[in-house]
Amino acid sequence: MQRVIDQSAKRVAVFGGAYSNWLAVEAVVAHAKASGADAIWFLGDVGGFGPHPDRSIEALRALGVRCVQGNYDDSVGNSREDCACGYTDPRDNHFAQLSYDYTLANTSVEGRAWLAAMPTEARLRVGSKTVHLCHGSPRRVNEFLWQSTTPECFVQSLCRDWQADLIACTHTGIHWSRRLADGRGVVNVGAVGRPANDGRTEVWYTLLEEIDGRLVETFVPVAYDWERLATSMQGEGLPPEFVETVTTGWWTTCLEVLPARERMRGRF
Amino acid sequence: MIAAQAQRLELPLMYFDTLWVQVTGTVCNIACKHCFISCGPKVETHSLMALPQVVQALNDGAEAGMRSVWYTGGEPFLHPEILPLIDAALARAPLGILSNGMLIDEPLAAALGQRFRDAPYNLEVRISLDGVTREDNDRVRGRGVFDRACKGIERLARKGLEPVIAVALLDDSDPESADQRNFMALLRELGVTRPRVKWIPPFRIGREAGRRGGRDYHDWEKLTREDVADPEAPLRLQCGTSRCVTSEGAFACPILINEPGFRMGDRLGEALRPNPVDHRACHTCWVEAFSCSV
Repeated sequence: MQRVIDQSAKRVAVFGGAYSNWLAVEAVVAHAKASGADAIWFLGDVGGFGPHPDRSIEALRALGVRCVQGNYDDSVGNSREDCACGYTDPRDNHFAQLSYDYTLANTSVEGRAWLAAMPTEARLRVGSKTVHLCHGSPRRVNEFLWQSTTPECFVQSLCRDWQADLIACTHTGIHWSRRLADGRGVVNVGAVGRPANDGRTEVWYTLLEEIDGRLVETFVPVAYDWERLATSMQGEGLPPEFVETVTTGWWTTCLEVLPARERMRGRF
Repeated sequence: MIAAQAQRLELPLMYFDTLWVQVTGTVCNIACKHCFISCGPKVETHSLMALPQVVQALNDGAEAGMRSVWYTGGEPFLHPEILPLIDAALARAPLGILSNGMLIDEPLAAALGQRFRDAPYNLEVRISLDGVTREDNDRVRGRGVFDRACKGIERLARKGLEPVIAVALLDDSDPESADQRNFMALLRELGVTRPRVKWIPPFRIGREAGRRGGRDYHDWEKLTREDVADPEAPLRLQCGTSRCVTSEGAFACPILINEPGFRMGDRLGEALRPNPVDHRACHTCWVEAFSCSV
């Protein structure tokens, strides 16, 4: 399903990948509101990785966050066989399936219906600029856009084909941006469900606003109660590898999809 | 003739993501018994590409919005201007290089490591082997090749550029064998802290068809119109998102450059259109959902 929504904002907070981390969702939304954001958008993947997926669904709904559907939301919402994350390595797929089976089994019928009904993309006016909001890329919901493998010539073609000043995406879990000389570009807003493989326990979201005729992104780290999340994950019997990521800030699974440049920055 | 061409089975180009450049053509420092495109030291079916010729292809690719470039051959590190060629690609897009690893000496490893750290985009080096043991590999590639490739892997790893190892599977390969576990241990001994191995399925073309345990294609092993009509087909077949440029023009597929029916024009721009998928090797990509670039 495709649905385009036009909204206007002056200062917009955008985040992705909740991965069932309802504590981070609450902390990020509180931070965004305190930072003066007049619109808050979530770019998909409510579940996966963490515990009690319904809590994140409830948090997003209660806090009035506007949402774009991710591959995980489509899969859980429509009770598909797997998360369709796009991994190719057997170990990555093993952990992805553990996570998906748990999430599917623990998402309510009402929650699934809400996930299935999310729009797949949105258009936003920020000041005088047009922002295209999507999950993986405008082309495919599970396309990975990494900083080291998204060249300017590709950014140019995306902005041209989708008639956008800025394309905002998530899916990879690591925030970055690449801008063209004329100011157009792609911003990966990162994920709030788990750390950015940077050895920090904080998670990241992105603020967008127009300053002097140019869209400017600010990546914002947010602390949350990760110890409570880790305890909850252990209580649900989720893999210790997942808990380790929350407590250390280093990814331990789903690593094979990383380009070499991003992979070498991590511990594993 | 026109009627016959119109009937060929074709696949639409979903979008152009990957530019393959056959920088050394079919010129290689070894003559493997299996090679898909039958390369060797004296094989110049496709010759070395000059730097301006490669830059033209890179500019064409950038104009078409490519996501990545792959250099292949033959053996790319035979090219006398390989470092300027690498810099030209990395100024525009992420680059992968397919190599047998044998020519990677200390200065070259240092130069590649520096580019891996400093270039604006990702640099990936992929070292090819046949099987995971010295015995299997050297039977196909020649005596001493396995050890020289391992030395190249070790030198790259020491410079912080851990290569992907592309291992061609034999028909009788056991994916869970002790040999494969030993191979992963060997990579760690060579200093590769995050071993990444890409398993290459058997393509039955070129000298490959005659390898140990190998066979030619069966008559039924070909794509059908129903296969190609699948909306996901361009993502299952590499040619749904890529093209290859050699000294001889632009082609639909990097391993079908010796097939005149898969030449699509003189330059990349002429090849950005639907391409034939009626070669039997297309069946291997289809059933394996195989892409050389992933």
